[in-house]
Amino acid sequence: MDTHYTATAKLLHWLIALMIFGMLGFGFYMTGLDLSPTKLELYSWHKWAGVTVFVLVLVRLAWRIGHKPPALPAHMPAIERLAAHAGHHLLYVLMLAIPLSGWLMSSAKGFQTVWFGVLPLPDLLAKDKALGNLLETVHFVLNYTLIAVLLGHVGAALKHHFIDRDDVLIRMLPRRKG
Amino acid sequence: MKRIALALLASFAFAATAAHAVEYGKVQPDKSRIAFDYQQMGVAMQGTFGKFVSELRFDPAAPQSASARIEVDLASVDTGSEEGDEEVARKTWFDTKGFPVARFESSAVKPLGGDKYEVAGKLTIKGTTRDVVVPATFTVQGGSGVFEGALTIRRGDFSIGEGAWKAFDVVANDVVIRFRITAAAR
Ligand code: HEM
Repeated sequence: MDTHYTATAKLLHWLIALMIFGMLGFGFYMTGLDLSPTKLELYSWHKWAGVTVFVLVLVRLAWRIGHKPPALPAHMPAIERLAAHAGHHLLYVLMLAIPLSGWLMSSAKGFQTVWFGVLPLPDLLAKDKALGNLLETVHFVLNYTLIAVLLGHVGAALKHHFIDRDDVLIRMLPRRKG
Repeated sequence: MKRIALALLASFAFAATAAHAVEYGKVQPDKSRIAFDYQQMGVAMQGTFGKFVSELRFDPAAPQSASARIEVDLASVDTGSEEGDEEVARKTWFDTKGFPVARFESSAVKPLGGDKYEVAGKLTIKGTTRDVVVPATFTVQGGSGVFEGALTIRRGDFSIGEGAWKAFDVVANDVVIRFRITAAAR
């Protein structure tokens, strides 16, 4: 049995990882700016990129359902297996919930999301200031939760590589030639 | 013959006064509304002005003598976000401290047939006065007269949004002001 993830799974993993790190920095940076045309432009780009992440995550989930990942190393105790599965599930939930909360927040605030200025996303919520502010908090809290889970995720990957010295990190990396 | 003529005259006079009697002039603020549409990053946005006073005199039988005056309290703007409301009060936008009120004053009303009218007048915002022609309709709804219309202005004409906002790529130049003024008969 192949011990590596599929090339598609790897591509989606690293593409989404890169975009999410970018989005986190982008999000915190732009919200700190004073209102200006630049800020409005950055907000739009944040929304467009975030919707792109959402779509990529849907593709990734569809791929994941059809392609079982390689089994976890045999040396892992039950508690670590549980933590790994719970962590990965939580990551999927957050990767969907964060852009979704952003989209809903935008609708509730009365700022429709038009993907790259071309494709208008339906407003699933009517304009409602209080709800908009609540969803802003939800987006914010989910992002902090994501940061915490990501720290655990990266920490676990590094532990596997440097302490357990197993192939858990390697199998998500591009295959070495030869 | 003379008596018939007199009676006819009298009935004409009566008809005329009867028609004139229906002058809509008691503005009902709770049924009146001023909103505006604009484009931000190509996305349609809506805002409203919560406070305005309007005077209206409109007699459907004598539209030419109608008049309207609307004064909008610019501090009552609702752009959809608090940050936006604070921003438009600044000097670069409305300069609400210096120019707290925007005013429309009609000078002539021209009937276009049916419910349609053209209201010419002067619009003053931020110290700039411009002649505008507002297409409007007048209908009677539930015993009240309803004046409705929309006017597209260019924010640049009134120096609304200066400095960094002067370019129209993020916030478009065209702004549609939509109004609905409801007035009961006097
Ligand atoms: C992977 C997806 C996303 C990530 C990681 C992300 C991350 C962030 C972060 C870190 C912030 C700053 C939080 C704060 O300081 O309040 C933020 C703010 C924001 N995000 Fe996202 N976001 C994502 C997707 C989206 C989407 C899809 C939308 C809308 C369609 C969106 C709309 C917003 C808005 C409007 C704000 C500003 C909230 C405010 O005004 O304070 N986000 N985002």
